Amino acid sequence: MMASSYNAKDEDGNITVSGPGGGALRSKKPENTAFKQQRLPAWQPILTAGTVLPAFFGIGLFFIPIGIGLYVTSNNIKELEIDYTGSDMSSPCFNCSQSFSWNSTKPCTCTIPFHLDQPYDSNVFMYYGLSNFYQNHRRYVKSRDDSQLNGDSGSLMKPSKECEPYAYFEKKPIAPCGAIANSMFNDTLELFYNNPNGTKVKIPLTSTGIAWWTDKHVKFRNPGGSNPNFTAVFQGTAKPVNWRRPVYELDSDPENNGFINEDFIVWMRTAALPTFRKLYRIIQKKDDLLPTLPRGSYTLEVVYNYPVRSFEGRKRMILSTISWMGGKNPFLGIAYITVGSVCFFLGVILLIIHHKYGNRSNSADISS
Amino acid sequence: MLRRLNRLLGGDERRVDSRTIYVGRQPGSTNEAFIPPKFCDNRIVSSKYTVWNFLPKNLFEQFRRIANFYFLIIFLVQVIVDTPTSPVTSGLPLFFVITVTAIKQGYEDWLRHKADYEVNKYRVTVLEDGRRISKESEKIKVGDVVEVVEDETFPCDLILLQSSRDDGTCFVTTASLDGESNHKTHYTVPDIEKDLEMLCATIECEQPQPDLYKFVGRMQIYRNNQESVVRSLGPENLLLKGATLKNTKKICGVAVYTGMETKMALNYQGKSQKRSAVEKSINAFLLVYLCILLSKALVCTTLKYVWQSKPGQDEPWYNEKTPREKETNLYLKMFTDFLSFMVLFNFIIPVSMYVTVEMQKFLGSLFITWDKDFFDPEIKEGALVNTSDLNEELGQVEYVFTDKTGTLTQNNMEFIECCIDGFQYTYRDTASELDGFCVTDGPVSKLPQKASTEREELFLRALCLCHTVQVKEPTEQDQGQGGGLLDQVDGLGVDGEVLQPPQEEKGFIASSPDEIALVKGAVRYGFTFLGLENKVMKILNRNKDVEMYELLHVLNFDPVRRRMSVIVRSRSGDTLLFCKGADASIFPRVRQEEVERIRMHVDRNAKEGYRTLCVAYKYLSAEEYAQADAGLREARLALQDREEKLMAVYNQVETGMSLIGATAVEDRLQEEAAETMESLQGAGIKIWVLTGDKMETAKSTCYACRLFQRNTELLELTVRTLEDGRMRREARLHELLIEYHKKAVQDVPPGVTRSWCSDSQDYGFIIDGASLSMVLNCSHESNSSLYKNLFLQICQNCTAVLCCRMAPLQKAQIVKMVKNSKGSPITLSIGDGANDVSMILEAHVGIGIKGKEGRQAVRNSDYAIPKLKHLKKLLLAHGHLYYVRIAHLVQYFFYKNLCFILPQFLYQFFCGYSQQPLYDAAYLTMYNICFTSMPILAYSLLEQHICIDVLLENATLYRAIAKNAMLRWGPFIKWTLQGVFHGLVFFFGVRYLFSNPALQNNGQVFGNWSYGTIVFTVLVFTVTLKLALDTRHWTWLNHFVIWGSLAFYVVFSFFWGGIIWPFLSQQRLCSVFAKMLSSLSVWLVIILLILLSLLPEILLVVFRNPFAPRPRQRKPVQSSVGVLQSPRSSSRHLLMRTFSDESNTVF
Repeated sequence: MMASSYNAKDEDGNITVSGPGGGALRSKKPENTAFKQQRLPAWQPILTAGTVLPAFFGIGLFFIPIGIGLYVTSNNIKELEIDYTGSDMSSPCFNCSQSFSWNSTKPCTCTIPFHLDQPYDSNVFMYYGLSNFYQNHRRYVKSRDDSQLNGDSGSLMKPSKECEPYAYFEKKPIAPCGAIANSMFNDTLELFYNNPNGTKVKIPLTSTGIAWWTDKHVKFRNPGGSNPNFTAVFQGTAKPVNWRRPVYELDSDPENNGFINEDFIVWMRTAALPTFRKLYRIIQKKDDLLPTLPRGSYTLEVVYNYPVRSFEGRKRMILSTISWMGGKNPFLGIAYITVGSVCFFLGVILLIIHHKYGNRSNSADISS
Repeated sequence: MLRRLNRLLGGDERRVDSRTIYVGRQPGSTNEAFIPPKFCDNRIVSSKYTVWNFLPKNLFEQFRRIANFYFLIIFLVQVIVDTPTSPVTSGLPLFFVITVTAIKQGYEDWLRHKADYEVNKYRVTVLEDGRRISKESEKIKVGDVVEVVEDETFPCDLILLQSSRDDGTCFVTTASLDGESNHKTHYTVPDIEKDLEMLCATIECEQPQPDLYKFVGRMQIYRNNQESVVRSLGPENLLLKGATLKNTKKICGVAVYTGMETKMALNYQGKSQKRSAVEKSINAFLLVYLCILLSKALVCTTLKYVWQSKPGQDEPWYNEKTPREKETNLYLKMFTDFLSFMVLFNFIIPVSMYVTVEMQKFLGSLFITWDKDFFDPEIKEGALVNTSDLNEELGQVEYVFTDKTGTLTQNNMEFIECCIDGFQYTYRDTASELDGFCVTDGPVSKLPQKASTEREELFLRALCLCHTVQVKEPTEQDQGQGGGLLDQVDGLGVDGEVLQPPQEEKGFIASSPDEIALVKGAVRYGFTFLGLENKVMKILNRNKDVEMYELLHVLNFDPVRRRMSVIVRSRSGDTLLFCKGADASIFPRVRQEEVERIRMHVDRNAKEGYRTLCVAYKYLSAEEYAQADAGLREARLALQDREEKLMAVYNQVETGMSLIGATAVEDRLQEEAAETMESLQGAGIKIWVLTGDKMETAKSTCYACRLFQRNTELLELTVRTLEDGRMRREARLHELLIEYHKKAVQDVPPGVTRSWCSDSQDYGFIIDGASLSMVLNCSHESNSSLYKNLFLQICQNCTAVLCCRMAPLQKAQIVKMVKNSKGSPITLSIGDGANDVSMILEAHVGIGIKGKEGRQAVRNSDYAIPKLKHLKKLLLAHGHLYYVRIAHLVQYFFYKNLCFILPQFLYQFFCGYSQQPLYDAAYLTMYNICFTSMPILAYSLLEQHICIDVLLENATLYRAIAKNAMLRWGPFIKWTLQGVFHGLVFFFGVRYLFSNPALQNNGQVFGNWSYGTIVFTVLVFTVTLKLALDTRHWTWLNHFVIWGSLAFYVVFSFFWGGIIWPFLSQQRLCSVFAKMLSSLSVWLVIILLILLSLLPEILLVVFRNPFAPRPRQRKPVQSSVGVLQSPRSSSRHLLMRTFSDESNTVF
């Protein structure tokens, strides 16, 4: 007989047996370490009105002045925007915008007069702005070949297929390839100061220092190293379809030509939003006594090359001074003042609560 | 008889559900053509994979998981369709997850392979044609005669043919099978000649089946020129693979089941997967997020085509499509666009969440094993975690179903007293009563009186004979010591000295501690059981004489009969039947006039919480014995319905006995059982005691454990209350149920949950097995569900429920009923014995106690703890913390991915719905893997929002998280709204900043990647700092991981943008991060947005716990809901009190 089946407890046959590989039971005494016993020394902060109160006041007191500072700074920045799209009949550029064709060899120029009410004292930054231009469209953003732009000779002759349909032109590789490069902004903007005596003085515009330093020196490099003979280097490539000139004729200065042309680099950094501005030129302050741009009337001369009407875009020219926080943008100042005041206000409320209930009892129950 | 057997044989010959095995030479009968039957070989295959099928099979199994499959689909879409993000972004994490899982499973399988190999290549000795041949274990065929020596495990299921012991027995231990470490005796098939070479026999037995304790077979032995002899085979002849031979030099057996057909292999099966409530919540949330994902993709696709319909938008001159794009069919294009959006937003359902949750569960469960509070110095073991999937379920328990014996009580039996013929004998462990007999006044007679010596001795002989205890045989090493023990046993009779307990412990082995207690009790009164040899039981009586009894039959114990008997023949030739068992099963079988004298004692003992057994005997006349013997033998030979036939014979034999007396054995309460139960009740957990024991015993245990308080009104639904002369049982049941329902449910003030108000009347409910089956299996269909509902409602309003006289299956039934009741409460079963396995498997969480009744409960449980008292910490501290941790983990994961993807979604409105990603691919991939995964993992492992000590002191805190409080729709919506708010703040904050992208003092402008990087920086910081705000328990690890993650993000970003990466086709982030940090405006906006995002969070926290002192300083709250910490009184004292509490019982 099977032994020992008497048991005051009921037994049933429900027995599971582990096969080979069943876990062995550990019979070691657990180590008495703080970690294993979940008794690590710990800091146990509890946020209460009492502890948060000073922080709120602190934030309030800290943010409001910053916000005011930011707001004032932003307000002190002088900015002038001129829309020269030419969609209106009255606009000087109307003709140019109407008669646009890619193949026209004669450039269309239009002149827009404007007036500065205030002198611009510090360096003035000249931007061009485009609206409804989707530089952040996925197809557009990826349509570039960074290794080609980095001077890789292999990629120069064999652009990445991301550049399609702007990779090859008549079987020749396009340099620089891709939609971004192809659609580079090519209006020429020039500023003239209308002297009260009637002469037009051309204002010198600096075209360097407008691109990121790292872009110019690290990310973008001309193929062929320091070979100054760009024609030879770019031998066998085609210019982008919409360009008038090949890439190595963008500028006469060899340090600002080819892929490291700063206008080109600036364009290649795709904008975040469909309405954007890009730095075009800098008007350097020359004399400490004279303002960079004195009060008076000016003329903007535009060589109108860039069509935007087809996608209902707008083109702008922006003159702006710059502060430590960048261009004019009241948002930060307003946001700081708002958040600071809210914090301060909450601090006051908490203080009231703290005084009213805080000292009374522990079980004060304020449900949120 | 032989004729009948032959008929049976003939009838059974062709049955498919039996197998025929030929042993030795071919059977002499030549009229049958011999077809060697096909059986599987003795190879054990527990491994799942082979080298060849590992990859496909494992991958298939992994991708059967919905989540993995979803990610695979996303990955494939990314490969096939032109999508915004490269396939690497989702492929890499998926690959990582799949690889890690595959390696883990592969390693486990390799271990199994190794174990299999060891088992299969083990050398065994097989007797073939009289020679001993060494074979590999896997080569054993059915019908081979295998030789096994001591301490070897059996290589397959064997029928024991020959043993080196003289009495034809062998001892085995089945520790590796069912965990019972006691030695079990197995018997050789009788009438086998010594020379196995000459043996020629057929064995017919049932087809393999997994029940370890069932085996029926028949062996037909052919002798030379003689008629064949038929012997019955039962489980006592079967040696199971996996068991170990002990105390026996060597045995020979014939293989009947081999390889995967052995009982061990058939029992090897995975437990059914239990899923936690948290997992269900996760799946629900996943669905919501999937809907969000789909609707986002749908909205974007629709808007894209609306937007494109305007002239000049779809394909402006500066951004022409490739010829292939132009050719694509519009609808196909729409579809691929939809898929692209799906891919772009798919990060909202992160792969890493599954990894993190798995890791949290696995690592988290280590804390249970590591907890030194769970370490029990007695058994030198700590807690055991069998599954880590249910950690958080420990914090959700609403019902605890506990076993009584071994769980609430220690199952450490001690013989307390006995009563013989109505006279009470209490054993006192004092030297003054050397003779061991002390007669205290029994309730019957106030005068010290003794039963007649004859009756006393009969009673003690019954105790010594009626059991299955073995005397432990001294092994060769400790022969001397064992001899000493025997000497002492001998000496006991001489000087009447009490044996020292430790040596006593060594003396006897039995599976049930009751039996040992009884045999030891007999020793105290001068009757020592010396052992069983050659079917002869030897007893040393008071006069130091050895009495010999021939053991004729053992009528085994079974839970239905609840008794066992032995038939012995004394030297004088008298045949005696001794029977012991539960009172209810003995009383109807003895003469009624004897019952009354004993019943009082039994009832009184039961009320005191002792386990009582009644002892009866009868003389069997020669005819009676012959009849019984024949009946038993016949029943044992039956192939079909052997159990039922045996039962019938047993019942027939065990009648007309006379009652000698009763015994009382005390089963002490577990340490801190009462405190534990009290805390659990304080935690709002309802406790049900499910026991097979008598009602009185169980009730007193309940009082002792403070499950029933003095003022608890008991509602009883037992056979006793149902026995009402005037009415039929069912009518009475109906009446009682209605009455109790009125009392417990309807009278309660509406809107107040019972357990929450302590000042009103407490109810306790008692039901027994018979009544329960009446409730559950009512004859009328309509009444059945009504009764069930009434029963459940009553029980739910009672503080404690006691179910006594339960069969194991009924325990599981109850658990199932509660589990499936309204609100599907989380149930927990705790038990220690094989009879608790069914309820352990049934409940949401099964807890095994590493008790004395083997390891079945532990093996089938989800968690095993050494003592009941550990349940308190397991639930109140570990369970609570795990739940809070994982709930926070899940919510946080969904939140952080919502505010990660929302800006990306919003960006589509500004980029012409072109699926342009806002963030760089590296950020998309690493956000969940590197930047934000570690802090939450550390949080989910280390967080203690309330100290463990406080949690243990205030059980009421457990109620705060009851009913999945942190993962309901309310908190989920709160988190989601927070995520939406954060996403909006991040995106639009930067959007307004970028209304003028000239953000530097040199006038240079920022592009789209700077935009994304600023948003991402704000995102990473906010999400991490939010977690920091939620962290209540800052260990150095939290500091390290939180600040480390942020630092890692900054360093990585510098590094990633620092150089030109040759393997990248686009250098999108080249110097973007450095440039970003050089702008003061960006710094200001980052600080502003982080603060703005966290402001509501801080406010919420502040208003939730205004001015609360730190919890560690808080004194134990004696709140109105809290359970009163009643002064500790000894359980003994409480036991005494139960008499007065009896009056509370409702009849």
